Amino acid sequence: MQDAGIQKSKSQLDAEFSELYRAHLRDVYSYAYYRVGDHHDAEDLTEQTFLQAYRHFERAQRESNGRPLRPWLIRIAHNLAANLYRDRSRKPASPIEETTTLAAPHTTEQLVEGRDELSRVLDGVRELPDDRREALIMRFALGMDNREIARALDRSDGATKVLIHRAIKQLEGIVDE
Amino acid sequence: MSEALPNLEMLLREALAPVEPPADLIERVESTLESITALAAEELEAWELAAMRDPRNWVRPAAAIVAGSAAGGALIILQARRRAQHSPDGLALARDAAEHALKDLRREARRLLRVR
Repeated sequence: MQDAGIQKSKSQLDAEFSELYRAHLRDVYSYAYYRVGDHHDAEDLTEQTFLQAYRHFERAQRESNGRPLRPWLIRIAHNLAANLYRDRSRKPASPIEETTTLAAPHTTEQLVEGRDELSRVLDGVRELPDDRREALIMRFALGMDNREIARALDRSDGATKVLIHRAIKQLEGIVDE
Repeated sequence: MSEALPNLEMLLREALAPVEPPADLIERVESTLESITALAAEELEAWELAAMRDPRNWVRPAAAIVAGSAAGGALIILQARRRAQHSPDGLALARDAAEHALKDLRREARRLLRVR
């Protein structure tokens, strides 16, 4: 950020970016994992998100007016994932719970294993339209509030609230089938 | 909202639990970022010095930015090639990022020519 017109040094910007990276690596990776449903793609998406974020960090700070940058990061990941699917014209390669080649202990698989109701919920999430699925990932995997989700999806707060409400209602219908 | 919602929201929190990034990803991202930030750091620090007040000195730091962008793109491409056999989609993502870096390179080069 350039408070009062003061230009930050490169080393200061780098330090602040490192802080942002440490604070939100898990958020970006979680979003990427649930978004693409594949461990390797999630790693690539996470790496590319931070590379792109680094390139535009100064401008993002300047334009954020002091607001948290997590929605901006998630939006980068969202756009990269959308580009990936647009280019490949396909949906996530494998269902989330069927991913078996994980390089690290993974809480989701452990949680879901033997829990039919959680499997049904994950299946239902996958069936949702993209925008509803993404809103639920942001809300429940990342703990983002409506305002943050609105910024990440470039929607109004009201539209986001409606989106989440409809996503939950639709999911409820799917799970109860 | 129906009465079933609180239970569903609880299940969603469990099903969509945050995922810890693998250690090798952390190492990979930090290594890449460190490389990119270090590449042109010396030149860019010079950019911040008082010499920048003289427009005749703007050419060299601008070249440093170009070098940084190009090096970043090169790193991305190298990494993509290394991982391509494991993840074809990674190559597409990396190619996008590299294309952005090249666009930056062209923009900076045009700016450089105008300064000259």
